[in-house]
Amino acid sequence: MSKYYVNKFLFTVDRDPELLRRYKEDPRSLVLTWEQSIGPKLNDAETSTVNFLTDKEREVLINHDYVALFEMGAHFFLCLTIYIALYDEEYTKKHGPLSFQREYGAKLQHWLGREYPSVAI
Amino acid sequence: MATLAAVLATTHHPFYLKATTMPPEQQMPQAPEWKRKVEAYRETLTRAKPDILVMVGADHFHQFFLDNYPTFLIGKAPRYDATFYNEEREFGIPKYVLEGHVELSNFMHQGLLDRGFDFSFSHELKIDHSIICPIITTRPQADLPVVPIYTNIFAPPLPSPKRFWDLGRAIREIIDAYPSDQRIAAIGSGHLSLELGGPRQFQEHGPDPEFDRRAIEWLSSGNIEAILENVTVENLGTHGNATHGFMDLILMMGIAGPIKASYVDNLDLFHTMEAYLTWYPQGVAA
Repeated sequence: MSKYYVNKFLFTVDRDPELLRRYKEDPRSLVLTWEQSIGPKLNDAETSTVNFLTDKEREVLINHDYVALFEMGAHFFLCLTIYIALYDEEYTKKHGPLSFQREYGAKLQHWLGREYPSVAI
Repeated sequence: MATLAAVLATTHHPFYLKATTMPPEQQMPQAPEWKRKVEAYRETLTRAKPDILVMVGADHFHQFFLDNYPTFLIGKAPRYDATFYNEEREFGIPKYVLEGHVELSNFMHQGLLDRGFDFSFSHELKIDHSIICPIITTRPQADLPVVPIYTNIFAPPLPSPKRFWDLGRAIREIIDAYPSDQRIAAIGSGHLSLELGGPRQFQEHGPDPEFDRRAIEWLSSGNIEAILENVTVENLGTHGNATHGFMDLILMMGIAGPIKASYVDNLDLFHTMEAYLTWYPQGVAA
């Protein structure tokens, strides 16, 4: 398992409008592309060979499964920001402002009063 | 020597600008009160007549990521762009360009090294909302040169509350020693109790109003003993998973010293409590 690499996925996709669009429209294709050609990049010339996603991490990212990401200890800020980008607008139109953020919190209610999974790597 | 004109410690609610500038019929009911409070707070900086701003904040994975995340970093550039694409997208914050102040950045950096704070540094730093939000609220004309300082309140392991306090004390010494007749204000932003991406996020109030009440009391009375007795990196997370931003407010109190704040205000909003504090350690401008 690589919390670092999951976070790298969230970080690199959230900051790029084109990757974000592809992550919304066809998440499986985007995640697979990311693993091949974006995740390994250190910079425009260098690549790293040392990181990989597990099967579970890949499926969680493909499924936009922010509950599982929370439980894996992916960074809360990266998760919240990217899924707000994917869902906030349509939720706001249908259910009003902050409805996505509130549903997100509601799906994590079973963690109330418990120690959260650490985001430390 | 330079004058420390004012020290401001403020929360940074990234939705302030959007919430108070959208068409009035779409604004939340608290928007007019929020705007009044922010404008009153702005006056505490304006009356201090600053020439240079030392700005303390924390990069939220905008320029820095986990491949290379600085614990403490100072900007040393002659100019800084501000606001990343994903901040414009999510918060509606516009782009800015702020002038830097290389001479004070260099003096500050050397002074920090001399006092045992081995800072990282950047000559090409793009500033995020932790610094541009307080510019929007306290100096919206964005017309003063800045020295940005970033801290890690975000990616564990984090330095201790005591370290943030000591860093504030060191910054104060360096400002006091800066050979200049200019007036320097220090403005830092952080949080009270805050939850992001967890079960207590985006509720009617912040996740822990009792902590917020105590935290404002500690800051407003300059009570660093109570803070260091009660606040640890570990227990901050129990008040809300992103409450570690409180340590930047401790840092700001460190710049002011263990003295009462001259101005204290707060506003209970959805999601979080806002707090606005100002100290005038060397008195108010004539």
